Amino acid sequence: MQKKMAYSFPDEVLEQVFSFIQSDKDRNAVSLVCKSWDEIERWCRRKVFIGNCYAVSPRMVIRRFPEVRSIKLKGKPHFADFNLVPDGWGGYVLPWIAEMAGAYPWLEEIRLKRMVVTDESLELIAKSFKNFKVLVLFSCEGFSTDGLAAIAASCKNLRELDLRESEVDDLSGHWLAHFPETCTSLVSLNISCLRSDEVSFSALERLVGRCPNLRSLRLNRAVTLDKIANILRRAPQLVDFGTGYYAAELQPDVFSNLAGAFSSCKELKSLSGFWDVVPAYLPALYSICPRLTSLNLSYATIQSPDLIKLVSHCPRLQRLLVLDYVEDSGLEELASSCKDLQELRVFPSDPFGAEPNVSLTEQGLVAVSLGCPKLRSVLYFCRRMSNAALVTIAQNRPNLTRFRLCIIEPKTPDYLTLEPLDVGFGAIVEHCKDLRRLSLSGLLTDHVFEYIGTYGKKLEMLSVAFAGDSDLGLHHVLSGCESLRKLEIRDCPFGDKALLANAAKLETMRSLWMSSCAVSFGACKLLGQKMPKLNVEVIDETEPPDSRPESCPVDKLYIYRSVAGPRFDMPPFVWTMDEAVRILH
Amino acid sequence: MEGSVGYDNDLNLRATELRLGLPGTEPVSIVRSNKRSLQQVADDDCGVNGCKSDDQNETAPPPPKAQIVGWPPIRSYRKNNIQTKKNESEGGGIYVKVSMDGAPYLRKIDLKIYSGYPELLQAIENMLKFTIGEYSEREGYKGSDYAPTYEDKDGDWMLVGDVPWEMFITSCKRLRIMKGSEARGLGCGV
Repeated sequence: MQKKMAYSFPDEVLEQVFSFIQSDKDRNAVSLVCKSWDEIERWCRRKVFIGNCYAVSPRMVIRRFPEVRSIKLKGKPHFADFNLVPDGWGGYVLPWIAEMAGAYPWLEEIRLKRMVVTDESLELIAKSFKNFKVLVLFSCEGFSTDGLAAIAASCKNLRELDLRESEVDDLSGHWLAHFPETCTSLVSLNISCLRSDEVSFSALERLVGRCPNLRSLRLNRAVTLDKIANILRRAPQLVDFGTGYYAAELQPDVFSNLAGAFSSCKELKSLSGFWDVVPAYLPALYSICPRLTSLNLSYATIQSPDLIKLVSHCPRLQRLLVLDYVEDSGLEELASSCKDLQELRVFPSDPFGAEPNVSLTEQGLVAVSLGCPKLRSVLYFCRRMSNAALVTIAQNRPNLTRFRLCIIEPKTPDYLTLEPLDVGFGAIVEHCKDLRRLSLSGLLTDHVFEYIGTYGKKLEMLSVAFAGDSDLGLHHVLSGCESLRKLEIRDCPFGDKALLANAAKLETMRSLWMSSCAVSFGACKLLGQKMPKLNVEVIDETEPPDSRPESCPVDKLYIYRSVAGPRFDMPPFVWTMDEAVRILH
Repeated sequence: MEGSVGYDNDLNLRATELRLGLPGTEPVSIVRSNKRSLQQVADDDCGVNGCKSDDQNETAPPPPKAQIVGWPPIRSYRKNNIQTKKNESEGGGIYVKVSMDGAPYLRKIDLKIYSGYPELLQAIENMLKFTIGEYSEREGYKGSDYAPTYEDKDGDWMLVGDVPWEMFITSCKRLRIMKGSEARGLGCGV
């Protein structure tokens, strides 16, 4: 009797219920319950996230989810950020746009990360999606302000245009003038990455003035300090603001104008930009500092005393990005003033210098770990570390979820004991039970990987460089880290054994990157042959891998799971180990 | 994930080890690919693992550290930002090299001491004993065989005078006085 009722539950009701389920994981789980749920769910899925654009083809996505409104795609491997992936590797969005143009006329949102976007793609977006609202291009490249002009001109309901950290061919600032006078819908505009020193300032001012819902505005360097006040007065409702150049000769009227403009922004919680800061202008921010939750000063070459003064005005700070000019003393101040701090990123001001130029050591991080009980996420560049400090940090902050430590000189040992830092990182993974992301550095043996394999059960992403002694290290990670999704390794003596022994593990992960390691061409071919659901790609810019003996190590290796099979847009320096394709070549 | 091959704590790999060398030779203690991007890293390894260094290195002073590709892991736009700042903060002046086509050696000037283009160009003219023509936005420098150009922080060669002075001194990496047909090509609607 009751079974019958369950089967006759109307689809519309189920759809309504499913609409409350937003997370991808839950949606995927729903679709596995039974065939009818799968069918209903796929017709009402509106958002799709594809972590690797080569893991599936556009057609497959469209076939399964015919009514998508929002798509998020990621392209190149993370190490592309550090120039390890040669230009032309791939990650082109055009095939996706071309397919979606026909299949999803009502597409509203496109979010891309590390993809190659051309003006042609942007023009196609502008033309194809009548209700287009959100375009986020995070670390993308390949397009110019001409493409942006097309978006500006055609997208009548555009809400978000966010170009964060992308490389844009900035041909002219006039593209901003392509936003029609009728465009009043902007909520978020981030043009901070545009490098040209021209921007059509009057067009920008008018645009800002006519968009009452504008919440987030990040300007680029072209906007000088004297212009900030005008912009802010037109948008006092801003929650997030990125300045341009924050430097000018100190003039009292400019200063008071600026301070007044900032104080009129009662909702402002997040600041960034600050290229070239003149410290005398920082007090103009004091009125909003008590409300600030996020501050990005990672381009500001201001010294520790000025940083300390500023930070001490920001008790509500949750997120701070800063250069190592902050020094240990600045971090100690941070630890005592900012009890809500959740995320800290300290970048190096002189990464290629042989000697330290600032007094920033492990002590600063220890102080923050002690003083900031909510600290979850750390990215820290420094020149020395000790096991004792790492153990202290781990014990102080078991709630860490992201810990990325970069000791600038590869293979630097514990500066006190000259031992490897295995024990220190071991303490991190042991105590921080919810650790999801970890980046290692310093002198490390296979032991650290034993710790990671044993304790890193929630670890999803691991970055390794210049570490380990043998395949045992890699084996510990692949066999122990149950939640591992992304593994990226460079310059480690890991070879064939661990990789081949854990081949099945690779199908449970998004991707594996190995460069300057010891994986032989023969092993790559074997992996490609045995694992049809993996794309095994060898990257070598100097010569084809089969021009050398099979036992020779490959230069770079990228392995990812895919249901789309080997890709066909590979450049000449990328070889697939898919047997069928290889033989055809 | 359980692999089909069981491993004890000690992977007994010797028996089936893939080696890079010929059979019968000792395996190298540092395994690296043919295209290792940095020789110096391997030399540092020698310090930790105790392998022999080159005879040459024993007598010569340690070579300067070359940069490792992609290390430290910082995005390019951050690196570029730092580079510009370094140029500016060194000794308080902005010293840039000035080269002139045909001249045997380069000069160096401090851009900070000039208040604008006229002063700068006058100084360069005096220093290198030549004349620059009249500047116009449309046509560049007319009336002379020389055109003053500079390399900006993006690596592009630009004509001096096109951008505001403040922007110029923060983005100029070095100056080059171009001569002849190359110079005439600049600014003529190209």
